[in-house]
Amino acid sequence: METQMKRDSLKKRKLKERLTAYSFIAPNFIGFAIFTLGPIFFAIMLAFHQWDGSNDMTFIGLDNFREMFGDDRVKDALWNTIVYVLATVPLTLACALFLATLLNSKIKGRNIFRTIAFFPYVASLVAVAAVWNMIFHPVNGPINEILRMIGILDPPRWAADSEWAMFTLVLFSVWKQMGYYMVIFLAGLQGVSEELYEAANLDGAGRWGKFWHVTLPQLRPVTFFVLMILTINSFKVYDFVYMITQAGPGTSTLVLVYEIYNTAFLNWNLGYSSAISMLLLGLVLIVTLVQFLGEKKFTNQ
Amino acid sequence: MKSNKVVSKFFIYILLIAVTITMIFPFLWMLSSSIKFDRDIFIFPIQWIPDQPVWSNFIDIWTRIPLATFIYNTAKITLIVTLLQLTTSSFAAYAFSKLEFKGRNLLFVAYIATIAVPWQAYMVPQFIMMRSLGLNNTHLAIILLQAFSAFGVFMMRQFYQGIPDSLIEAARMDGMNDYQIYYRIMLPLSKPALSTLTIFTFVNTWNDFLGPLLYLTRDELKTIQIGLRMFITQYSAEYGLIMAASVVVLIPVLVVFLSLQRHFVQGVAAIGVKG
Repeated sequence: METQMKRDSLKKRKLKERLTAYSFIAPNFIGFAIFTLGPIFFAIMLAFHQWDGSNDMTFIGLDNFREMFGDDRVKDALWNTIVYVLATVPLTLACALFLATLLNSKIKGRNIFRTIAFFPYVASLVAVAAVWNMIFHPVNGPINEILRMIGILDPPRWAADSEWAMFTLVLFSVWKQMGYYMVIFLAGLQGVSEELYEAANLDGAGRWGKFWHVTLPQLRPVTFFVLMILTINSFKVYDFVYMITQAGPGTSTLVLVYEIYNTAFLNWNLGYSSAISMLLLGLVLIVTLVQFLGEKKFTNQ
Repeated sequence: MKSNKVVSKFFIYILLIAVTITMIFPFLWMLSSSIKFDRDIFIFPIQWIPDQPVWSNFIDIWTRIPLATFIYNTAKITLIVTLLQLTTSSFAAYAFSKLEFKGRNLLFVAYIATIAVPWQAYMVPQFIMMRSLGLNNTHLAIILLQAFSAFGVFMMRQFYQGIPDSLIEAARMDGMNDYQIYYRIMLPLSKPALSTLTIFTFVNTWNDFLGPLLYLTRDELKTIQIGLRMFITQYSAEYGLIMAASVVVLIPVLVVFLSLQRHFVQGVAAIGVKG
């Protein structure tokens, strides 16, 4: 009898805790379920339909995907996205890590340097892109004036040059974002214990040796974290392209999200646009999974 | 040995100054151009401080575009989103970190998994949904799609994981319920995480471009980013005005960042980027 009562009260307490927990989660989860989870499932479904947003939806199976593999614009967009990711990710990672180690040493004015390095990340993209477009103006921008001054008489036309547009875009991305990843690296560096450096000092390690044998291995988890976020973000690139090159000249900087946007909101071909979204989603998931497994394997070794 | 150290310090400073110039050059150029006549902006070599500063650029922008309306709209959206994001995610994170309940792991995995899903992959159905709810061309649409991000929950939960459970147990012994524990213990302890999340949310919402571009087509509803972009496209040759408007747009973010940055690196560290 008594144990029965005890069990009941335990059950009651468990139930109460559960209800409390749900009440904590509900405000966020309801919004999250309606505005994120719902649309994700809707997007998956939409990829197998043809729909213009106002008339009836028709199920067309894999037709969207079949069409996609013969679509030159999608091919260009896919290729450009991959090139963009392969260029931006390592460059940003290297610059951010370099800056972080530099700004982790005990120097005067460290906080000012950190703030300046971080500022491009928080600065409004529209404003910053406007300045960039002026600075890299092919005719009278200061960059090309400087290049002409040092004897390069025919400087690149940057965003207006199909050979250089992608390079300009990558350069802008690295400049705009590296401060953010630098902060993550800085945070990671705070966890590296001084003792390890002292031990390395005793072993007579130089600056480079310490970086290679102490800092890098200690930062491995952070590096994987940065790599993952950076890769996901680079696959999603849209607004940088919109501001700097408008996907041009031609299709030389057309990326997947740009094509998704155009297909949906200019052509109102919603099913097809969702199919391209699934291509993007698949790519991101595969790359994330590979990185995740890579990290596991690396840590186990 | 000692001279070696001096040399390497010297080297670090040289590098730092080079990097700083690269980072700050566009901003200085912006500032300088904002008080110039359009015809003087591209004069080379650069004249950093013009002989006749054109302060009127900073007066004209308020009448040439409805800049005040844009700023008001953006400030409204940003404040509401940041507030909602901070409260709902710290609230949910408490349950994920400190309470036992059925389906906890499954729910959390659902949250994490969506971080890897690019928003652009489902922005189209989301737009259709909002439109069918009659939210097209409302600020509410932007607020709803920004306010419940999985990232905030993930971040706060990582931070709460570092707060010992024994602290919670002790508070329960004292007769506090979970809402009191959240309010009186967890919130005060999570200042670094909260200010970091504030910076991220504020910056993301203030600078968001694609969301407002999709949802807000009426001029009086536009946010500062699309408003500024509209201005740039319309008056593409009025460089001085464009730069002055850009300076104005940068100021609020600068203020928020500078006032919260004290906690920033510490906040990112505490969230446990160690993974």
